[in-house]
Amino acid sequence: MDFNIYDFTSFTTWVHNALTSSMSPGWAMFVELAIVGVVFIAFYAVIGLYLVYAERKVCALIQNRKGPNRVGPFGLLQTIADLFKLLMKELIYIKNADKFLFNLAPFIVIIASFMAIAALPFAKGLHAIDLNIGIFYLFAVSSLGVIGILLAGWSSNSKYSLIGAIRSGAQVVSYELSVGLALLSIVIFSGSMQLSTIVESQANGWWIIKGHIPAIISFLIFLVASTAETNRGPFDLAEAESELTAGFHTEYSGIKFAFFFLAEYMNMFIVAAIAATVFLGGWMPFHIPGLDGMNHVMDYIPPFVWFMGKTAFIIFIMMWFKWTFPRLRIDQLLKLEWKYLLPLNLMNIVLIAFIVLMGWYIK
Amino acid sequence: MNSEYLILFFLLGVILVGGAIVFSMFVAPSSKNSAKSEPYECGIPVKSDAWIQFNVGYYLFAIIYLIFDVETVFIFPWGVVMRDMGLTAFIEILVFFFILVLGLLYAWKKGALRWV
Repeated sequence: MDFNIYDFTSFTTWVHNALTSSMSPGWAMFVELAIVGVVFIAFYAVIGLYLVYAERKVCALIQNRKGPNRVGPFGLLQTIADLFKLLMKELIYIKNADKFLFNLAPFIVIIASFMAIAALPFAKGLHAIDLNIGIFYLFAVSSLGVIGILLAGWSSNSKYSLIGAIRSGAQVVSYELSVGLALLSIVIFSGSMQLSTIVESQANGWWIIKGHIPAIISFLIFLVASTAETNRGPFDLAEAESELTAGFHTEYSGIKFAFFFLAEYMNMFIVAAIAATVFLGGWMPFHIPGLDGMNHVMDYIPPFVWFMGKTAFIIFIMMWFKWTFPRLRIDQLLKLEWKYLLPLNLMNIVLIAFIVLMGWYIK
Repeated sequence: MNSEYLILFFLLGVILVGGAIVFSMFVAPSSKNSAKSEPYECGIPVKSDAWIQFNVGYYLFAIIYLIFDVETVFIFPWGVVMRDMGLTAFIEILVFFFILVLGLLYAWKKGALRWV
């Protein structure tokens, strides 16, 4: 076996062969799925918890505070302590709530985010599912989460929840269009919807550089629209705490509340990972043609680190947005999408089609 | 070979949420109280149900969204073949967008995009 941090293909085939040779095919598949499951649950939990920590630290940095610094070194264990606290809190049921839908809602938001991280390419040969319609799949499953939000708001039978859920629904479905059309621009450039193919097509330069002006416009639209799609500030009208207490999860308590919170951060991770994969080259190192020395140094950094680094960079920008801009009003929010972003996006796609037709991009 | 992974990730979500809720049921305290089980409303007694009709503005945006979402589904396959098809695909998308933008302009002029 050769474990190579630059190419996981040989490692995963080795695991697969070792399992199939030592037991019956049914058991081998079961063990393989169990390994993948445990790895992804651990990854999901660690990323979710540390994004909450990162958010609090970034917020503290911007507001000139210290942030969590008591539990563990630099407060690193703070969110884990919070998780255990929430696990031990009472699960309150609302008298007139629709019990079935009320319990179903956290399942839906978490399942939607789990199915989305399944398709992300973390490094060469390191992805659970490599669909040939990868972008389409991500676009589809990431929009499932809004059903959970709507159910949560509707089933609680509380006015704050209902207003928050409907606002969130209007916002998420509106901005989903811009997210989809911004991703489409890179589909046109690369001629494929498969995420591994899109990453491979950026070996000689990331699409944001190769696609120049229209790709940069798409990237900016994607950043704004995905911030809105994940219900994050300055677009966090769904849980505008100064007017709606907590929006759609007002009536949730204990660990169920924690899942809505976790799903919000995982959705942020997912959109940042999509942006990193599609616009910034995924796990591809940064290369400048001609500068061989620098390219070799860049190649030395493992792909997984590249991927997580780019994702962390975009997450930082999204946190920066949240702690810098004041919250929008619902009419301003919908106006921004339908009267500015959507027409701009449609024009941008025609521009991209024209540039691809003329071949005015770096191939 | 991918379909079992889709089912796996679906089950992972169910296991994570279900497991945590079941665990929480054992360790969390529980005390029934009629005031606690009322929905939150600024601390005053709840007036009425929240299952009411809501602003038509949201409804209109949902309808326009539906049209554009279907359009996005149609446009993705076009995006894949655009590079190979060249001029034909470009002219087709111009026609497609012309009709689409006409629809958007109609909704705009009718005031469907204005918040009321």
